[in-house]
Amino acid sequence: MNFDFSVVIQAMPYLFGTGMTFTLTLTFAAAGMGLILGTLLAMMRLSRYRMLSIPAGIYVNTMRSIPLLLVIFWFYFLMPYIGAWITGASRPMNVGAYKSAIITFTLFEAAYFCEIMRAGIQSVSRGQMSAGLAIGLTNRQAMQSIILPQAFGNMLPSLVTRVIILFQDTSLVYVLSLTDFLGAGVKIGQRDGRLVELYLFVALVYLVICFSASRIVKLLEKRAFVAR
Amino acid sequence: MNYDWSWRIFLELSSNGVDSYLHKLLIGVGWTLALSLSAGFIALIFGSVVAVLRTARPVWLQLIGTVYVEIFRNIPLLVQMFLWYFVLPELLPKDWGDALKQMGQPWGQFIPAVLCLSFYGTARLAETLRAGIQSLPGGQRQAGTAMGLTPVQVYRYVIMPQAYRVVIPPLTSEFMGIVKYSSVALTIGLLELTGQARAMQEFSFHIFEAFSAATVGYLLINGCVVLVMHYVERHFALPGRIGWNTRIKLSGAAS
Repeated sequence: MNFDFSVVIQAMPYLFGTGMTFTLTLTFAAAGMGLILGTLLAMMRLSRYRMLSIPAGIYVNTMRSIPLLLVIFWFYFLMPYIGAWITGASRPMNVGAYKSAIITFTLFEAAYFCEIMRAGIQSVSRGQMSAGLAIGLTNRQAMQSIILPQAFGNMLPSLVTRVIILFQDTSLVYVLSLTDFLGAGVKIGQRDGRLVELYLFVALVYLVICFSASRIVKLLEKRAFVAR
Repeated sequence: MNYDWSWRIFLELSSNGVDSYLHKLLIGVGWTLALSLSAGFIALIFGSVVAVLRTARPVWLQLIGTVYVEIFRNIPLLVQMFLWYFVLPELLPKDWGDALKQMGQPWGQFIPAVLCLSFYGTARLAETLRAGIQSLPGGQRQAGTAMGLTPVQVYRYVIMPQAYRVVIPPLTSEFMGIVKYSSVALTIGLLELTGQARAMQEFSFHIFEAFSAATVGYLLINGCVVLVMHYVERHFALPGRIGWNTRIKLSGAAS
């Protein structure tokens, strides 16, 4: 056994400049869009109209019972056909792994954010909605300016925890040969024949980032507890 | 743009020229089941141990439990899979490492995958069980101690039997999670359900039939998990808890 960690130090600019940048871009793009879509889905699931609640329920439950890897493959191959269908082209469109990954993670995370936001909306007491309606707000206004901000606040720790999981899950884009943080590490490792060192380093970096982020969640939880 | 959808593809011969694609997919289901059942079983046992460590009185035991959970929860599963498959043989003594590397398909992939999913699942189940243990009133532990039980006996006869019952709903989603995570084993070359669907897609070009079949497979497996856990929950419901009523209704209908 002889290890040479100087390879890792030389590879830092590539690992973080290319790899980590991609991982973070994917994480935050999917988290942001997924949260918006997830909130819409949550409102659909809680809607009185079955036309809205049933399809949303089927979507969320299906997404949550199949593996992310399978979803990644599904959308990677399905996206060119959907693209062609939307634009009316006669041949499958070239979407590319990068866009396909962002769309996949957005749609997949939306299902999980939906369940968190649904719990959040249900945690707000019914009187809040009635009070909003009583002072003359429309249903939509009451939802937007009274219910959702509180739901969001109550669920902040769960939402951040989900983003941490998303951050870890983005490593699965490895199967599309994209250069995320892990992908960058593997590429360097294969080039220099130092896979072991690179794998250990990548694991350590993920560990440090996710552990620190989970401490922040703990602080958020404590603050939420005091606020109530 | 048209996609040539054909159900008959499942009955056609697969790449090895002997088995049909359907047969191959069923073998994939078998590996997924083998992987999730063994990992789920190991994770349940060791998850209980770690959960006990995390709630035990001595601080150093709590520390061991916490360090374990934080390490295995905060590294992506895919990275852990690579660590078990590529890095472990290098860190072990040379003979052992070589023996691991020379293990053929599919055991050479299956064993690292089971190890990986078990260690990861242990950390997750430990967190779930810890929440269950901590949800019990503190008086239970004190009452057990007052009756002269040793700390081990308190856990064995007082705390764990209640904690398991409390966490059955979250445990269900953890087991569904293990079934889903087992697909990550395809990255080290184990042809479980997702891997078989991917192989079928590569050889037959019938992309969507392959992935539809895998999707249905996972929905069925996870449906079974939910049914079994539902049965377990009703069967072991505690008297005086909300879940007890449903059991009275059921047994009342039978008697």
